[in-house]
Amino acid sequence: MAAITSVGGTSLEAPAHRQPGMQAGRRRRLNAFRYVVFTLFGLFIIAPLLAMIRFSLEGSKLGTWSAKAWQQIASYPGLLGAVEITLELALITSAVVLVLLVPTMIWIRLRVQWISRTFEFLCLLPLTIPAIALVVGLATVYNRIRHYNLSAIQLFWAYVILALPYAYRALSSGLNAIDVETLSEAARSLGANWFTVIVRVIAPNMWQAILNSLLLSSALVLGEFTIAYLLLYTNTLQVTLYSISRNTPNAGVIFSASSAALIFTFLLLLILSYVGRLRRGRG
Amino acid sequence: MEGLTRHYGPVVALDGLDLTLRPGELIALLGPSGCGKTTTLRLLAGLEDADSGQITVGGRDITRMPASKRDMGMVFQAYSLFPHMTVLQNVAFGLRLRRVAKAERDRRALEILDLVGLSEQAGRYAHQISGGQQQRVALARALAIEPQVLLLDEPLSALDAKVRAQLRDQIRRIQLEVGITTLFVTHDQEEALAIADRVGVMRDGKLEQLASPTEVYTRPATPFVAEFVGLTNRLPGTVSGSTVTVRGQDLPLVDLGTPAGPVTALIRPEAVTLAPESSAGSGPLAGTVIAITFLGATSRVTVNLGDTTIMAQLPTSDATELSAGSYVALSIRPDPVLVSVAANNSVAASGA
Repeated sequence: MAAITSVGGTSLEAPAHRQPGMQAGRRRRLNAFRYVVFTLFGLFIIAPLLAMIRFSLEGSKLGTWSAKAWQQIASYPGLLGAVEITLELALITSAVVLVLLVPTMIWIRLRVQWISRTFEFLCLLPLTIPAIALVVGLATVYNRIRHYNLSAIQLFWAYVILALPYAYRALSSGLNAIDVETLSEAARSLGANWFTVIVRVIAPNMWQAILNSLLLSSALVLGEFTIAYLLLYTNTLQVTLYSISRNTPNAGVIFSASSAALIFTFLLLLILSYVGRLRRGRG
Repeated sequence: MEGLTRHYGPVVALDGLDLTLRPGELIALLGPSGCGKTTTLRLLAGLEDADSGQITVGGRDITRMPASKRDMGMVFQAYSLFPHMTVLQNVAFGLRLRRVAKAERDRRALEILDLVGLSEQAGRYAHQISGGQQQRVALARALAIEPQVLLLDEPLSALDAKVRAQLRDQIRRIQLEVGITTLFVTHDQEEALAIADRVGVMRDGKLEQLASPTEVYTRPATPFVAEFVGLTNRLPGTVSGSTVTVRGQDLPLVDLGTPAGPVTALIRPEAVTLAPESSAGSGPLAGTVIAITFLGATSRVTVNLGDTTIMAQLPTSDATELSAGSYVALSIRPDPVLVSVAANNSVAASGA
């Protein structure tokens, strides 16, 4: 490195530092470490899932392949109905969570910031309450609901509470990514009322966050077992799979249905990510 | 705006502000951070409520009217285009709220975009255009609704210097072309002096002076204005009659009612002229160059007078023969001088 001459005329040698070759080597080692860790953790997570899918495609003889377990999804008594109910629950829960949270969070951010901490606490509270404890509180309410012979769709009230923390975090990230105050003031100065500000200016710029919230809520509902089981709703997907496993251990349909639920969630993630990327590309 | 006050807790943001905008004029509100200029703008826009006072526009009291009904166009300091809309949709947004038919609002939006020179960007999104273009679109969006007053809240501060200068001149051109009454808030003196019909210098929630740029600069009403707008040398002097004697030179006073006695004279650097000397001189206006700051077309020369320093601003071509250590003889142009009657006459060259 060239010597630097100070204003006073003394020559200052540049301090010794790592050679470029050393930095490249370090970077290579770091990358190798990352790949190894990623691979190991990936295997740790993926291997059981692959095993489950493989088992669901196992034929009557070991080592053979058969799609029979997958075909049974449509024909196994009660399973298709459970899938339908659970998907409906996922949809309703996601919709209710979004309708409740999106305008509320925007309103709090714009107008009553002083309660944002309290609101955050309330939304995150369900994370700290075990499902069993929730059921103890919810049981009295659901016992009354059962008198009216309403379907398992009523579980959405409980699932909305469960989904709150995840949806809140996703939406909060979305709000933090945009300049809510400036956008709302710009809209108001152009003649927009508060409803227009929320629905037509702020919410459309939270699409990614809304999609993430949708995904998290849906995934939670698809995998939820404890509350449905303890509240005696036996026709949701996870409870139905559990019942099948109790009656027929190692039934292939358990694994095929579970695999299908997982694949469905992954597909949903991919679709929502793709949609989010499309909208990001536009604006 | 009459008697406007606004408090944020114990902090007084506006203290009985009176300000009248004439139709079609551009007033620039200038001042340091926290002086109340943005608060003034936001009260006028309806984004905040005044604690007391009245705001009337065209004879109509709008003090308690919500922002969405005030018919003001506003351009913000931060980029405020709606990211999910195209440039055309952004500009047409206000018209859409006013239920203008699509064909008509697109036509008007394109017309306004043409005015700001961005009709070719109509189909793009905010993240696909530069910062300067975004602010021009924001200006177009504000103008599209044909507001009564245009409010500009430091719209150029996020831009680099060259773009800022270009956009500043464009804003002025458009404002004159449209003939819209405009309130422009800025902390940049050059911006304010360059484009405003009148400049309002604010301090601590009050207007120190509201006058044409020339008057604010050459005849500052208060020491604060003299020191905030442009650079100022503070030199001790003595008032006697209608003149003040500064380092042996008699200069006319701005305020002829100044009582006789010791004062601090506020002298612009461009009012100081230098002549190189071959050797160190004596006398109150002989000195040695300490530093020369190259500013492009002009240069600022700091001279040590022995007991104080003084700044002179001269064309760079005149400063080339000077260097640190050069001997110079100074003289002060006999322009009317503002003085402040200070208890403490310790002086130093200072400025904003």
